[in-house]
Amino acid sequence: MGDAPKISIASDGRPRLPRGVRLVHNEAHGGWVLLAPERVFKADAVAAEVIKRCDGNASLSEIIDDLARTYSAPREKIAEDVNALLSGLADKKLLEL
Amino acid sequence: MASRAPLHSPLGLLAEVTHRCPLGCPYCSNPLALDPREQELDTATWVRVLREASALGVLQVHLSGGEPAARRDLLAITQAAHEAGLYCNLITSAVGLAPKRLAALAAAGLDHVQISIQDSIASSADHIAGYDGAFARKLALAAEVVRLAMPLTVNAVVHRANIERISDMVDLAITLGASRVEIAHVQYHGWALANRARLMPTPAQVERAVALVEELRSRHRGRIVIDAVVPDYYARYPKPCAGGWARRSLNVTPVGKVLPCHAAESITGLEFWNVREHSLSDIWANSPAFNAFRGSGWMKEPCVSCPRREQDFGGCRCQAFALTGDAAAADPVCHLSPAHGLVAKLASVTEDGSYSYRRM
Repeated sequence: MGDAPKISIASDGRPRLPRGVRLVHNEAHGGWVLLAPERVFKADAVAAEVIKRCDGNASLSEIIDDLARTYSAPREKIAEDVNALLSGLADKKLLEL
Repeated sequence: MASRAPLHSPLGLLAEVTHRCPLGCPYCSNPLALDPREQELDTATWVRVLREASALGVLQVHLSGGEPAARRDLLAITQAAHEAGLYCNLITSAVGLAPKRLAALAAAGLDHVQISIQDSIASSADHIAGYDGAFARKLALAAEVVRLAMPLTVNAVVHRANIERISDMVDLAITLGASRVEIAHVQYHGWALANRARLMPTPAQVERAVALVEELRSRHRGRIVIDAVVPDYYARYPKPCAGGWARRSLNVTPVGKVLPCHAAESITGLEFWNVREHSLSDIWANSPAFNAFRGSGWMKEPCVSCPRREQDFGGCRCQAFALTGDAAAADPVCHLSPAHGLVAKLASVTEDGSYSYRRM
């Protein structure tokens, strides 16, 4: 089960949160949380930065470029992390590609 | 005075806005003594409760019942939830909720709709619901949810009469455009407890059903999320009921009593506070019922020395009370409970009589 292939994301895809999924900041719960039907996911600061950029306008490769620039990190490493995060979210129907 | 762990904020509020419901499902987890309409909280009180919930840190509100649409002020309540910044989820039978009203709820900020189905076959579904024509109305309202571009969850409670059609019910959910389906085995509280022998599946059925849900998950991966509520009586370890007593959620009944879980009133001797007399934050921190089983100080053996005590919190307090008469005992679903043999015995009791339908 765990090693089933994850959903792959095209680099020109423009990921966005579907209706019914919202990223909010909440002090009582110590930071960013992703709210979804009957579910709540804590998002760490890095994940939140990625999810915030999934607005349906930016393409995946633009999101990765932006993050690599903002955090002065190697693009390859960022791409790997972003792909893993977003395909995991898509798998749970928390992201539209 | 014993020291207490720091109190976390709750994540969810189950708002049972009414116990009135057109359906009569025999597995309903509402108490046998349903709250009468005359004693229900008024609109202004619900609006206050929702604001207090948000201030307390609650993120999601689940408008439920009974059938929440039986309240004429559902729109005002939904609006208040949205304005308080809460993620607003409607749990509905779909009966008594016209498309026009649904559109108004969507415009008011409703985030998600959950519709129950009783089976994949209309005649059986309507028989279980005790309401002719309910199934057709559910399909129609589901289509309306999708047309309004709102996320839809289909919720199917599974028992002896429909357990062979889990795959069909998941297919139906996909056809309806749901992004999520709940396959929930009956939890035996309230009306479900009264109907237990008529609902209980056979061990072979349960075994097949559990394997099938795993297979369906991988078959439909990326298409629909399948969440399962496990068949309790056949488990080896208990479930961490509601994420632990008074840890993550609270429940407000139609008359304003605040419970740590929707079945908590079945435990006699607990003192519940009411939103008419106390603020929600006062209740969360100080209500005797909330503090009765919070943390692990109340535990006995085998729970108190169990390495899983912070994972499942001793299981379900209501179930422990219902089956052993002691709400501080281990949930007898656990194979370590001295009363575990009783569970298997109860699970083997089945009868084919007609249901005791849930009625006011």
